[in-house]
Amino acid sequence: MPPTPPEPAAVLARPHTAELTGWGRTAPTASDVRRPTSATELQRALPNGSPRGLLARGLGRGYGDCAQNSGGTVVETTDVDAFTIHDADPASDTVLVTAEAGASIDRLLHALVPQGLFVPVTPGTRYVTVGGAIAADIHGKNHHRKGSWCQHVTSLHLQLADGEVVEIGPDRDPELFWATAGGMGLTGVVLDATFACPRIGSSRLLVDTDRAADLDEVLELMASGDHAYDYSVAWIDLMAGGRATGRSVLTRGRFATAEEAAPAAGPDPYAYSAGVLASAPPFVPDGLLNKLTVRAFNELWFRKAPVRRRDELQTIPTFFHPLDMVGGWNRIYGPQGFLQWQFVIPFGAEATLRRIIEELSASGCTSFLAVLKAFGEADPAPLSFPAPGWTLALDIPAGVRGLGPLLDRLDELVVAEGGRVYLAKDSRVRPELVPQMYPRLDEWRAVRNRVDPQRRIRSDLSRRLGL
Amino acid sequence: MRDAVGAVQSVLVLGGGSEIAQAIVDRLVGGRCRTVVLGARDITALSPVAARWQAAGATVDSFAFDALDPASHQAAVDAAFDAHGDIDMAIIAFGVLGDQATFDADPVAAADAARANYVGAVSASLAVASRFRTQGHGTLLVLSSVAGVRARADNYVYGSTKAGLDAFAQGLGDALVGTGSRVVVVRPGFVHGRMTEGMQPAPFATTPDKVADAVVAGLAKGREVIWAPAVLAPVFTVMRNLPRGVWRRVSAR
Repeated sequence: MPPTPPEPAAVLARPHTAELTGWGRTAPTASDVRRPTSATELQRALPNGSPRGLLARGLGRGYGDCAQNSGGTVVETTDVDAFTIHDADPASDTVLVTAEAGASIDRLLHALVPQGLFVPVTPGTRYVTVGGAIAADIHGKNHHRKGSWCQHVTSLHLQLADGEVVEIGPDRDPELFWATAGGMGLTGVVLDATFACPRIGSSRLLVDTDRAADLDEVLELMASGDHAYDYSVAWIDLMAGGRATGRSVLTRGRFATAEEAAPAAGPDPYAYSAGVLASAPPFVPDGLLNKLTVRAFNELWFRKAPVRRRDELQTIPTFFHPLDMVGGWNRIYGPQGFLQWQFVIPFGAEATLRRIIEELSASGCTSFLAVLKAFGEADPAPLSFPAPGWTLALDIPAGVRGLGPLLDRLDELVVAEGGRVYLAKDSRVRPELVPQMYPRLDEWRAVRNRVDPQRRIRSDLSRRLGL
Repeated sequence: MRDAVGAVQSVLVLGGGSEIAQAIVDRLVGGRCRTVVLGARDITALSPVAARWQAAGATVDSFAFDALDPASHQAAVDAAFDAHGDIDMAIIAFGVLGDQATFDADPVAAADAARANYVGAVSASLAVASRFRTQGHGTLLVLSSVAGVRARADNYVYGSTKAGLDAFAQGLGDALVGTGSRVVVVRPGFVHGRMTEGMQPAPFATTPDKVADAVVAGLAKGREVIWAPAVLAPVFTVMRNLPRGVWRRVSAR
């Protein structure tokens, strides 16, 4: 009989050495992992970090090494997750919520949606924490209208490397606030944040779907019509070549009013349930995803999408978080793991976007559906990823031969257009390119040097890229 | 740091004169590697390769390293780590092939080969492993040989040193699970080069460049054992299981 595993809480309460990876499960490194259970305990971690520094980690959904700190301390914040929904004037468009760093969007939604509220921004997974949302300045399907997460933050408490706790916001030490937004956790440990949550009319979305036969068509649809929708994203089939290059399914929508939602939602317009329907098996052999299986999947997915559908009612999980229905889906890539490559290039660089998609399609990399979106305006944060233009995100198995040189080549195309890759997804970019991708890097470094001159806060990402 | 496609940013080579190690470093420097630290018996002989890597944009540093002096290994490895920060990969590349007939006549020379190839590799590997544990990551690449898979009458001293080294490296790799570090064992077949000059090549003979290509591909795939060429894996599965008498005839040269 296998030995009974000890109670998880008992194990996690004390520091232990563990190997950590990002969501892509590549390049594991070992750290002294602590999981404080209260805000007080969380604050005690920083002054007691290891000589190789300390880093806060949320739910580990960053794809690469941004939430790892090899040989140092990693503080998992996920048990420090209390939050308060503040009273608000019923006539106001938004309601302020204060949440501790470890509160996840998943937990927030279970409390917010039944009260007619939503999060200001959600990525493709609800398993991200408030601290992580700030560190990566996350974006979602509404970026073209509402910008990224930190544009909705009114204030936050940050513990600096020397242990001091400061309250910052867009109007309170804005320099440090915007360096923290998208700062990959390197300016300090976020303890809690206050952000504005929008009201919604129901827990359903009214969704329009358009199937686009090629890249030109989907870009045209987005350029001409996105402004009429709160949320917009296209899923693009990168395995399709020739005339079908860039074929996509574009889904756009907005929250339905209570009346509009009634036929589907029943008596309670704010009914919300979100769960995991299935889990990926704990071990998947290499090569389950090969050219044949992925091509077949993408074909099926494209064909089953309607050519044009209007006003379909969808739930929040279906519209925003479809992958969350499969627990641990990152395991389907097998033990070698995978990486995600996400870049943005400015509007006007469509020819380069096409060339990148053609190169990816021709490389024969097995890539499931990639995500294409038009970003809106950037926020003032020097390391924030979103900028006006087209963003494409795709997953690729890490063991593919020649993948490193291929992506290096594509990075050059991105940089030549004044584009950049997303640090929260990165696991392999050439460090020399980072100052070109983020021309305000030195401005960010100046702020980081002010608050952490001794580099007490470090991550594997910061080591790899020399941030 | 090692990245998601197996590229490293810094490498320490113990046995910097090794042609296989140099071919591997050529490829690493062509990728992300910007720091090369070389430990070798004769560092002056390394200036041409050092210049090549510097021209490619790497910082190259070298220090005197004596495989036959295990007592010096930890201090030498510590100095390399202290001077250059994180070392993402260390290559244990030193070793002597020797000549079996000479060893038969000179047991002390045979023991010296064993001291370099096995004893020295043990202390050097452990010195690196302790630093890897502290930094929480690292890849130790150990150059073993198919000669260690099954000892042959015409080079059993060398073969047995590699057999010991191979077993040691596998055990160390298992011991390092959970530390963020790992050991990768490379088992080349007959490699054309300085070490084998004038010898008659064995079947599936290869070159340092081809071994290095196999190593880089294996690292990207996260392999724990890399055979070069790959066909030697099934070949030696058979060889290892041949009856002694048959093996004696097959391996006779």
